[in-house]
Amino acid sequence: MKSSNLKLALRIALVHLLSKKKQTLVAMLGVTFGISMFIVMISFMTGVNDFLMDLTLDGSPHIHINNPVKTERAPLAAAAYDTSQTRIILHHQKPKQELPRIKNGFQILREIRQHPDVSFASPQLTSQVFFNNGAIRFSGMVVGIDVKQENAMYKLHEKMISGTVEKLLSNRNGILVGEKLSKKMNIVPGDRVSLTTANGDVFMMKVVGIFAFGITTIDDVRCYVDLQTAQKLLGKSADYFTDLNIKLKDYRKASTLAPILKARYGFKTEDWEQSNASILTGEMVRNTMTYVVAITMLIVAGFGIYNIMNMTVVNKMRDIAILKATGYEGTDIILIFLLQSIIIGIIGALMGVLTGILISYGINQIPFPTSDVIKIETFPVAFKMKHYLLAIFFGFLTTLLAGYFPSRKASKIDPVAIIRG
Amino acid sequence: MNAIEARNITKFFHEPTTFQVLKQISFTVEKGHFVSLVGKSGCGKSTLLYVLSTMDTDYEGELLFENHLITGKNQDELSKFRNEHLGFVFQFHFLLPEFTVLENVMLPALKLKRFSHKEIEHRAIEKLQLVGMDNFAFNTASKLSGGQQQRVAIARALINDPSIIMGDEPTGNLDKTNSFIVLDILKKLAADNKQTIITVTHDQEFAAQTDHIIEMEDGLIIRQ
Ligand SMILES: Nc1ncnc2c1ncn2[C@@H]1O[C@H](COP(=O)(O)OP(=O)(O)O)[C@@H](O)[C@H]1O
Ligand SMILES: [Mg+2]
Repeated sequence: MKSSNLKLALRIALVHLLSKKKQTLVAMLGVTFGISMFIVMISFMTGVNDFLMDLTLDGSPHIHINNPVKTERAPLAAAAYDTSQTRIILHHQKPKQELPRIKNGFQILREIRQHPDVSFASPQLTSQVFFNNGAIRFSGMVVGIDVKQENAMYKLHEKMISGTVEKLLSNRNGILVGEKLSKKMNIVPGDRVSLTTANGDVFMMKVVGIFAFGITTIDDVRCYVDLQTAQKLLGKSADYFTDLNIKLKDYRKASTLAPILKARYGFKTEDWEQSNASILTGEMVRNTMTYVVAITMLIVAGFGIYNIMNMTVVNKMRDIAILKATGYEGTDIILIFLLQSIIIGIIGALMGVLTGILISYGINQIPFPTSDVIKIETFPVAFKMKHYLLAIFFGFLTTLLAGYFPSRKASKIDPVAIIRG
Repeated sequence: MNAIEARNITKFFHEPTTFQVLKQISFTVEKGHFVSLVGKSGCGKSTLLYVLSTMDTDYEGELLFENHLITGKNQDELSKFRNEHLGFVFQFHFLLPEFTVLENVMLPALKLKRFSHKEIEHRAIEKLQLVGMDNFAFNTASKLSGGQQQRVAIARALINDPSIIMGDEPTGNLDKTNSFIVLDILKKLAADNKQTIITVTHDQEFAAQTDHIIEMEDGLIIRQ
């Protein structure tokens, strides 16, 4: 019963659409334009967001564990008094004599590597140093790393401008220097640099490579040495390190795993979302703007359909009157006109998705102006099924709404007023 | 049996000023009768016919078909009722211009769904034969002459075998020959199929050929 009603309404709808080919085409192109812009904007924005996210996640761990020096702890006197009754005030509390090390670090490292969500875990020993460059001293941050793990985690070899990562292993005094820092000191691989540790010891190191992450705060201060070298520089034992960096198989699990690790080991754990809150805020702002603009375009396309459907209803008043006089109900009439706008919507949306993909593909081919800082060849674009489905869904929704009101108007037409002339 | 009974039908128009177009109109039409509604232009004939057609529900009084009360039913019920029991022929040949003659005739039957698509097509051809238009079945409706279109409209009115056929000056726009053809068809329907026919006309010759004449003046029936 229902399906034959639909077939009949579809037949009439198609005849109506074909009787005004030009308007039908204009309405479809409106939807095509709206949907394709929707897709282009969202694909491009997502591409940019993903790129920035990759850039951020590339250079930083998903979870970072360390043991910072604590300056606030319960005063010793608290043990002797009932603190709910007595207020204890202690001015300028000094930190305890305590090393910022991760105790039992290698044991913890082994356990963390067993965790199914973890893809890499790597120890670090970081320390402030000074580079002596003639009369001037530059501050830097020496990072002692497990070279193989670290390379696997951050793809250090891809970040090398000159020299290689592996030379750190063969050269006990080897050091990799950040690009900005190397420029300040005017050094190239093969040169020697002298550095002073926080304890005041002076060492001569051999530059074996220059790297760049494209993030100034890193490239300006960071240097890598082998973990054992770092331990030697600082006069520490072979089980001493200060930081533990973790990469997960899925970075979105970081914020749930971090508190679990904190609870188990008691060290400070920070996930990448906490360390990069500003980037996430920026992403949210960009996403919101993109969706607002994209949906506005669809609404404009919707108004186009609304106008054309209204015109059709006016032009087809006689047909509507005849159908009603011969027994067609209000719902039949609504169906006839709603189907017209749905057909416009579906064809327009499919053409829009196609055009949108083509345009975003084109954008993806445009070379990005080359720069030392950002390592990217073309404009970033994300191609995601989710976006195309979303566009079709929104396109369908707008055409449905835009078609509904004229259709309802058509169903309310009084046949007598038209037939009696 | 009464095909139609009107009881105290009263109707007002409110635009541009309020005036009473139908005044307490009561009458009955026997089943199988061919009745013509006559009177001067503007006396309310069309208005009365559209009340009888169930399309106009803005009136006072009661309307009965075969002793069943129609007044007060909702729009969808009335649509169904029209689809099944009433056939219309209008003054202007109202066909869907982009559809073929055959499709136009089939449309009310496709809605009713009493028969399969194949049977409906077969019956539509039969009705077109009845009005002598079967040779034009696959022509587009808008390409026909006025007289031809009116005959197609009659075939459409007949497709669901309605018990009542109504016409508002069905020959008003036709020449003598075509008027005669249409009149002949309607007379045959009443005589052979026992279908009740009510037509508005101001053609004296036409009215004279019908079973019964109802004459109106200023919203009143003055002779029947
Ligand atoms: N929709 C309307 N609004 C107001 N007045 C109307 C309307 N339709 C018809 N009339 C008036 O009602 C009267 C009866 O019209 P009508 O039934 O068409 O007359 P007839 O068909 O007998 O020529 C006329 O005076 C006409 O002007
Ligand atoms: Mg009239």
